[in-house]
Amino acid sequence: MAANSFRPRVLTALAGLLALSFGSLADSRIEDQAEQFFRSGHTNNWAVLVCTSRFWFNYRHVANTLSVYRSVKRLGIPDSHIVLMLADDMACNARNPKPATVFSHKNMELNVYGDDVEVDYRSYEVTVENFLRVLTGRVPPGTPRSKRLLSDDRSNILIYMTGHGGNGFLKFQDSEEITNIELADAFEQMWQKRRYNELLFIIDTCQGASMYERFYSPNIMALASSQVGEDSLSHQPDPAIGVHLMDRYTFYVLEFLEEINPASQTNMNDLFQVCPKSLCVSTPGHRTDLFQRDPKNVLITDFFGSVRKVEITTETISLQPDLGIMESSNKEDQIDEERMEPLKYAEQLPVAQIIHQRLLALPCPWCTPQHDCLIRED
Amino acid sequence: MAAAGAAATDLEVVRGKRAALFFAAVAIVLGLPLWWKTTETYRAPLPYSQISGLNALQLRLMVPVTVVFTRDSVPLDDQEKLPFTVVHEREIPLKYKMKIKCRFQKAYRRALDHEEEALSLGSVQEAETMLAEPQEQAEGSLTVYVISEHSPLLPQDMMSYIGPKRTAVMRGIMHREAFNIIGRRIIQVAQAMSLTEDVLAAALADHLPEDKWSSDKRRPLKSSLGYEITFSLLNPDPKSHDVHWDIEGAVRRYVQPFLNALSAAGNFSVDSQILYYAMLGVNPRFDPASSSYYLASHSLPHVINPVESRLGSSAASLYPVLNFLLYVPELAHSPLYIQDKDGAPVATNAFHSPRWGGIMVYNVDPKAYNASKLPVRVEVDMVRVMEVFLAQLRLLFGIAQPQLPPKCLFSGPKSEGLMTWELDRLLWARSVENLATATTTLTSLAQLLGKISNIVIKDDVASETTCAPLRRISTRLTSSGSRFGTWIQALSSLKSRSLQPRSGCPSTGGTWTQMLGVLSATSSRLPSSA
Repeated sequence: MAANSFRPRVLTALAGLLALSFGSLADSRIEDQAEQFFRSGHTNNWAVLVCTSRFWFNYRHVANTLSVYRSVKRLGIPDSHIVLMLADDMACNARNPKPATVFSHKNMELNVYGDDVEVDYRSYEVTVENFLRVLTGRVPPGTPRSKRLLSDDRSNILIYMTGHGGNGFLKFQDSEEITNIELADAFEQMWQKRRYNELLFIIDTCQGASMYERFYSPNIMALASSQVGEDSLSHQPDPAIGVHLMDRYTFYVLEFLEEINPASQTNMNDLFQVCPKSLCVSTPGHRTDLFQRDPKNVLITDFFGSVRKVEITTETISLQPDLGIMESSNKEDQIDEERMEPLKYAEQLPVAQIIHQRLLALPCPWCTPQHDCLIRED
Repeated sequence: MAAAGAAATDLEVVRGKRAALFFAAVAIVLGLPLWWKTTETYRAPLPYSQISGLNALQLRLMVPVTVVFTRDSVPLDDQEKLPFTVVHEREIPLKYKMKIKCRFQKAYRRALDHEEEALSLGSVQEAETMLAEPQEQAEGSLTVYVISEHSPLLPQDMMSYIGPKRTAVMRGIMHREAFNIIGRRIIQVAQAMSLTEDVLAAALADHLPEDKWSSDKRRPLKSSLGYEITFSLLNPDPKSHDVHWDIEGAVRRYVQPFLNALSAAGNFSVDSQILYYAMLGVNPRFDPASSSYYLASHSLPHVINPVESRLGSSAASLYPVLNFLLYVPELAHSPLYIQDKDGAPVATNAFHSPRWGGIMVYNVDPKAYNASKLPVRVEVDMVRVMEVFLAQLRLLFGIAQPQLPPKCLFSGPKSEGLMTWELDRLLWARSVENLATATTTLTSLAQLLGKISNIVIKDDVASETTCAPLRRISTRLTSSGSRFGTWIQALSSLKSRSLQPRSGCPSTGGTWTQMLGVLSATSSRLPSSA
């Protein structure tokens, strides 16, 4: 009896082992495909960071934008791919007790202005029209490359806006507003022209959630610092500088981003949890229904960093080395070296030349040097 | 007296009433339409019906194939039937709203005397050079020579040969159904050399619904009017290595011929730079087994970013920039190898990133350290470097290895690095892409203008759209002689213009009249079809 039941048991065990091995093979292929499925299809990253308020007491908005700029640069997006729009110059403002700095922490711990800030649109150039032109790409001819958003259909774009806002609008420079409908239409134009692969929109203003209510283009994820009817509050004032340094939501987002490095696998769900109501007083909101992928599969570095897809180059083409030309070019180099004269520096301050030119540039030919000019020719 | 006065005032009143009535009538009849006309928003007329018809376009891509039969290739009674033409049409199965059909028009004929002579030479290469002399083939066309089954021209086990200049050689067969069998083989060869579904799918990648399960290698460069190529030498350790590279000579000898061959795809500008103290962002690991350093494949994506900010290449022009970096590792980390996913060192020691460029690691020969003191003079072997860079450039443009039919001898590219029919394939893909983008732009423009009923449509916008007779173009997408190149340029400039509407329609003497002239000439030669 025992012997009879032994064989079928062995057979089933063998069958089970075989099935497991096949299953693991199939699993690894499925895993590979699944990994591809969840990865974003972008090849480059862009960031458009906008601060819309001017005047000294809106220091915190500039500090917000510069902090996000700094994080984005640290995580890898180069300056050529960042369009930074600051509506006022706080670092060189006459009221800044520490010129050339913009701080984001109390006690002046962190200077976000740094040495290599590259502001593309400054001061009065930050207008609704310029912002929409940057987004849609319809800039006047002759606009320099640093002021253009040269994204293509494989670009992930991060758009961060901060300033004073209300229910359905954002104030630009105290003189004009952009409405949520205009913003949604601008994004639709970007989609029609295939200017983005995925878009992350972050807004830190009062009633910020109203700005993303009207989006209707695909592949947009939006975050806001407060819901409709709520105000976004600032974080803390600094007694030495005299103004509030940052807004709460961006402050906590920044703390979160400081822990991210280019290789981290943190996903968007963690970003949604940043700044709960207890810390932020307002309720941050987010919108993901237009986004195709699940937020838990979206890495933070998909938008904030610039991790590129690479492929190993496995093939080469064969070229024929042209030996005859190589030898003759070597000879040319040697001849060139022999023929060159020894080099010397140009005259740094050719005094005689300057005096001569000043004399020649006298207004009247009959004026003598002693009367009209301050230089005497010795 | 009183009665006459009363009658006079009555007359006055009546006259007054009549005048008022006439006044009102004139105001309403003339004034109202005048007011209506002068206060309406100016909307220049657009050809909406034509634009909506663009969605239902059918695209037929024609590939003319000339099949030349030598004397002993097919049975005699089949040879009697020559010359004749066979058309093979196939729809490319893509989920795109525009139907694309690929039509191989095979013209069968007998071989001429000089062709017979050429095909009886010793080797295929000699035959090719002799055959190429008389005429220059039209772009997009192919010529297949069918030789006898036991001819010594091809090696014994090979059935066919694909050459670098739009020619192919194939063995015939002595069989009753010779033409059918040969016809099928020809289609195989022609598909390897011209259009396949992959090429078109890559070109139309952003217009197709995203197929997540597909390989994400389909990311060639988008069509553009020009490209900027930058070669950079990164020397992080100038104290140890005094690196010299003859980049000017290498560009002149190897890169410039390649770019000249590719000139139909855009204007290229090449520059180069040397960067000192530029580190990679990743620390290489030491592998004690081979006593060398290696970069694992999962750390490669993080190499590019720290370097990119120092490249400084994109200030000048608006064209996409391709960066090719040659990294000479520092003495402390020499030799440095790149490992692929399985941990094996990569033969080329290079990797590339789609739409960005490529990086190659150049290890200094360890023998150079023995004799002299630091810094060691390093002469970079530009041939090896350019082989890799040009291969990467091909991959970035989407020129991949073709799928060969079985038992096919494949000659590599000529000295330029690019085969003529590969360029044809690229141009096909570009033209389809430009057409798709132009169609999308026009249809979305029409949609937008329809939705917003009181937006002003200025004259320059209207003139841009009426200057685009896309319908006529797309019903006859064919290649004809040297105009193909200018036509591609015209289509790509249409694409760039329609993305940024500017004033001015290309007037007489421009590319459009040339194009229309070409099209009317070719359409008269083609058999009439829908």
